[in-house]
Amino acid sequence: MSVEAREARQPWILLSPALVAVTLLLLVPLMFIVVYSFWLRSAMGADTVGFYLDNWHKTLTDRFYRDILLNTMKIAAITTVICALMGYPAAYFIARSRGNKMVLLLLLMLPFWISYIIRTMSWINILGTSGALNSLLLSLGIISAPIQMLYNEATVILGLVHFLLPFMVLNVYVSLEGIDTNLEDAANSLGATRWQAFTQVTLPLSLPGLAAGGLLCFVLGAGTYITPVILGGPRDAMFANLVFEAIITQLNWPLGSALSLLLLIVLGLLVAVYNRYLGMAQLAKGLG
Amino acid sequence: MGWQIIRAWTVVVYGFMFLPVAVVVLLSFNANQFGSFPMTGVSLHWFQELWNNDAVMRAFRTSLVLGLMTALISTTLGILASLALVRYNIPGRNAITTLLIAPILVPEVVLAVALLLFLNWLGIGKSFALLLAGHVIFTLPFVILVVQARLVSIKRDVEEAALSLGASPVQTFFAVTLPLMLPAVAAGALFAFTISFDDITGTLFWKPGGVETVPTQIFSMLRNSISPEINALGTVMIVMTVGLPLLGAAVARKLAMKGGT
Repeated sequence: MSVEAREARQPWILLSPALVAVTLLLLVPLMFIVVYSFWLRSAMGADTVGFYLDNWHKTLTDRFYRDILLNTMKIAAITTVICALMGYPAAYFIARSRGNKMVLLLLLMLPFWISYIIRTMSWINILGTSGALNSLLLSLGIISAPIQMLYNEATVILGLVHFLLPFMVLNVYVSLEGIDTNLEDAANSLGATRWQAFTQVTLPLSLPGLAAGGLLCFVLGAGTYITPVILGGPRDAMFANLVFEAIITQLNWPLGSALSLLLLIVLGLLVAVYNRYLGMAQLAKGLG
Repeated sequence: MGWQIIRAWTVVVYGFMFLPVAVVVLLSFNANQFGSFPMTGVSLHWFQELWNNDAVMRAFRTSLVLGLMTALISTTLGILASLALVRYNIPGRNAITTLLIAPILVPEVVLAVALLLFLNWLGIGKSFALLLAGHVIFTLPFVILVVQARLVSIKRDVEEAALSLGASPVQTFFAVTLPLMLPAVAAGALFAFTISFDDITGTLFWKPGGVETVPTQIFSMLRNSISPEINALGTVMIVMTVGLPLLGAAVARKLAMKGGT
């Protein structure tokens, strides 16, 4: 073999283990559940192989599933908006501050290293009946008995915001950092107020970062399983809980396949629209 | 004026991110027998309880072994792939990168279901092997992103110098490239370990009955009620996944300063 041919083959040899892993552990399994979603669950023994539309019919027409899907989207959307409102000013502060920028950035990375379940359950210490807030209100005499503040939709959103906020701040920060501050100064010197300079120059230029952060918050929020279980009540199930219920509790794998594919399709469409207009590069920037 | 408001807002946002976690750590040292407020004193009682809790210690061992094996496999695959992506001009690079980071773009629940059903069909049911496969595929994209970012900064000149001085490609790799890559390797491995150690959603789908990792152990303990033991376990996890990397970075910096001129 010629030297050139060897040289050309080398990167593929290096890539092959990772490509094989992604193919065998992600792509083929995804295709497999597409097939599986057309099978039928058998009460006994192996599921019936074939081409049945029953699971898809149930997934797409059952009111219960549709309501939970819509509710999941609603919760993810509210979470994303709150993350944007809370995160944007903070990201702006980090990007424009001089002295303690490194400390702020380091602190911002910290939540990524702290277990998701610990951050979620930490709110029980704050809002639970024997938590910090109730203790405080009791000792101040504002209330005479602990109030139940947990286990509702609001606390699910609270938990999700707490989990996803760092993703938003980081993405907005990355795009703000890439904007030349001279642009804002130029707008100022041309007579724009600081607020005008911000809304007409900086904000539009930072929209890609906001969109990337928003996409991450929405997709991760809509796919969440743990938060509603820990911080929600019995009626706050989200779509991923339905999937878990079907797969693990009821062992109805064909139905569970259809349900997870529906979630993948809905969120995948969103990612596709995002990719069409903004491309994946911005997202990779924020993640790396 | 506007700046002051933004500053105050940022303080509130950081407080929101860290106060609940700080309370977890604080309460884990609580002497109060119910582990709630008001705190009556400082004690290591809850850590001692943890140490004597067989289920927790088993979960710890499982998480450690799983995390280390995930880090080893994921980092190896990730480094090889990153080398190819950074060092060679290969056709379809963007498509390959997108493919390799695809596991983060797929919701974890969907990934968990797909892998469980497919490997089960192949005869690998819920088992440690399934857990390991899941953790590897889930951490691989993060390793690739982190390692790639660091590899870009290594100059090829040094390697070319070694090659032109008569070193073989293999010698060059082990004597020049690998030492230069060590920070990237360490960062990738640390990242993979932490993500694996913290993972819960996929793990709940893949773990065999009776096997718990630390997060799923916390999850099942939460079903009863929040006990101070959970806070203590949380503190231990924070120390493991935050403290160790920080310590590692500090040690690495010190070594680099000693070694450098």
